[in-house]
Amino acid sequence: MAQTAAPASVPSPVPDVAGARPARRRSTPSVAAPGPRTARILSNVVLVVVGLCFLLPLGWIVLASLDPSATLAVGLPEMFTLENFTAVMTPEQTWVPLANAFVLSAGTGLLTVVASVLAAYPLSRYRMRFNKPFLYAVLFGTCLPITAMMVPVYSLFVRLNLLDSLAGTTFFMAATSLPMAIWMTKNFMDSVPISLEEAAWTDGASAMTTLRTIVLPLMRPGIAVVFIFVFIQAWGNFFVPFVLLLTPEKQPAAVSIFAFFGQYGSVAYGQLAAYSMLYALPAVGLYVLVSRLSGGSFALAGAVKG
Amino acid sequence: MTTTLAPAPVGGPGAGPSPVRRAHARRTAGRLVPMLPAVALLALFMLGPVVWSFYGSFTNAALTGPNAANPEWVGLDNYVALLGDPDFPKALWLTVLFVFASAVIGQNVAGLGLAMLMRSALKPVRAVVSTLVVTAWVLPEIVAAFAAYAFFHADGTLNSLLAGVGITGPDWLFQYPMLAVILANVWRGTAFSMMVYSAAIAEVPPEITEAATVDGANGVQRLVWVTLPTIRRSISTNLMLTTLQTLSVFTLIYVMTGGGPGTDSSTLPILAYQEAFKFAQVGYGTAIATVMLVIGAVFSVVYIRSLKPEVD
Repeated sequence: MAQTAAPASVPSPVPDVAGARPARRRSTPSVAAPGPRTARILSNVVLVVVGLCFLLPLGWIVLASLDPSATLAVGLPEMFTLENFTAVMTPEQTWVPLANAFVLSAGTGLLTVVASVLAAYPLSRYRMRFNKPFLYAVLFGTCLPITAMMVPVYSLFVRLNLLDSLAGTTFFMAATSLPMAIWMTKNFMDSVPISLEEAAWTDGASAMTTLRTIVLPLMRPGIAVVFIFVFIQAWGNFFVPFVLLLTPEKQPAAVSIFAFFGQYGSVAYGQLAAYSMLYALPAVGLYVLVSRLSGGSFALAGAVKG
Repeated sequence: MTTTLAPAPVGGPGAGPSPVRRAHARRTAGRLVPMLPAVALLALFMLGPVVWSFYGSFTNAALTGPNAANPEWVGLDNYVALLGDPDFPKALWLTVLFVFASAVIGQNVAGLGLAMLMRSALKPVRAVVSTLVVTAWVLPEIVAAFAAYAFFHADGTLNSLLAGVGITGPDWLFQYPMLAVILANVWRGTAFSMMVYSAAIAEVPPEITEAATVDGANGVQRLVWVTLPTIRRSISTNLMLTTLQTLSVFTLIYVMTGGGPGTDSSTLPILAYQEAFKFAQVGYGTAIATVMLVIGAVFSVVYIRSLKPEVD
């Protein structure tokens, strides 16, 4: 899971990623440029070829979804159709799994944001002996391959009677995204000056009051970034709900699309691609949104590794 | 109010006549209260599975039957079995191969290469190519896995392209499963390295590169002696992160090959899953997960040590 998050505006646990501002185009003087024009042409040609390699698998999803007789090979359909979409756009096929995915992702995002804002506040505002070990532990947590150990998680969930429970799965996903979220939130909070709060404290306001009335309004974009980041991760997560949710009615789109692939994958490629499009679009859209929020598509560097 | 300089937001005035020390401790405790939800969540759902993983690896827990309800303590049996099982060293080797080839070499070199090429590319080329690279990475993992599956399938895009030039392509997923999943993971993950390196290279002071050029360094020499040493911190950070990330890749391999044929592409996450859910050996699967956890922890510690100044 080692997702790394580093919105540009804040110092981050991953300092070098944090610098991931839109690759600043310094108008480099010609001295630094690789001199001859051929090198320039060559690098453009190489890039175009690489771009094509990246495009082919992606293009298959788009073209196959519009092709009434799609195969596994990418190709222009003889006629374009939306019937693949209409075929899968039924409640049990698409809408219920998408709704489940939404509940799961939004729940995870909400829980994570609330818990990490509350946890980040003392970490950001007070100097305590407790801070450093806690931050180290959290950083360690961001690195652990938690999703690689779904087997013990499964047997733990059996023990706790949480198997096949949307709530249990939501809590687990929130916990696994918390370390990164706490880091991000603390960094966003650090950039809100403390002087504003000090005035309010002198007037007798409590910490929770100033957090709610002063800090949170000032870090709204940061909170949105954290929420969307967690949401996209949960939305794209396959392995966790695959192991923890057993009833088809409770499974999110990631799992039901895999079941669809298993059942019809070898016949209805077009429908599989159409379903994939419907499921992937929210994630892509939110990524665009979050990269706008934090300025430039390169800004988010690590933030959205699914 | 005891003091205005050091605000005591939670329970500050309650200190009363008790010694300063205790008041201080109580104030600190009060300040930690907001952290409780996060700590509870982390303890229950993160520390819990980790501890459970270690514990479970010493039991004979099964998926069903009496050993599912009341697993017995079997000591090191699972680990002994692990050492005797030919699938385990194979999976370990495949994991190392997968991580090394697709992350350490593939994503890093491709990411660095793309980041360098982008600098001298035309604006539209750069915009389109970087969008494509990033899209492969933003897609939900299962969709990316389907796309890669279709690309490498015997009747897929790659073979139809090869057929176009008169070559009958092999069944990649069956004959060269590791090659297929490694290339797929490079395709999926390069965006991250590219963005890290783009940012890092943009921060290299142009004066240094210019000075090197004036001294007669050619492109390769500038890369090796100027750019790479300057961005070495980004390189080590990126290597760690992509390694940790790739170590736990499950979906991509599971969808593309299912770990097969046989166990020819079963990396540790796949093997753990199959042992537990296909062969119902939960205790054994847990032992494999624990091994992965330890490997991940070692990498994490190395990584955190390299970031130490950030926390202090």
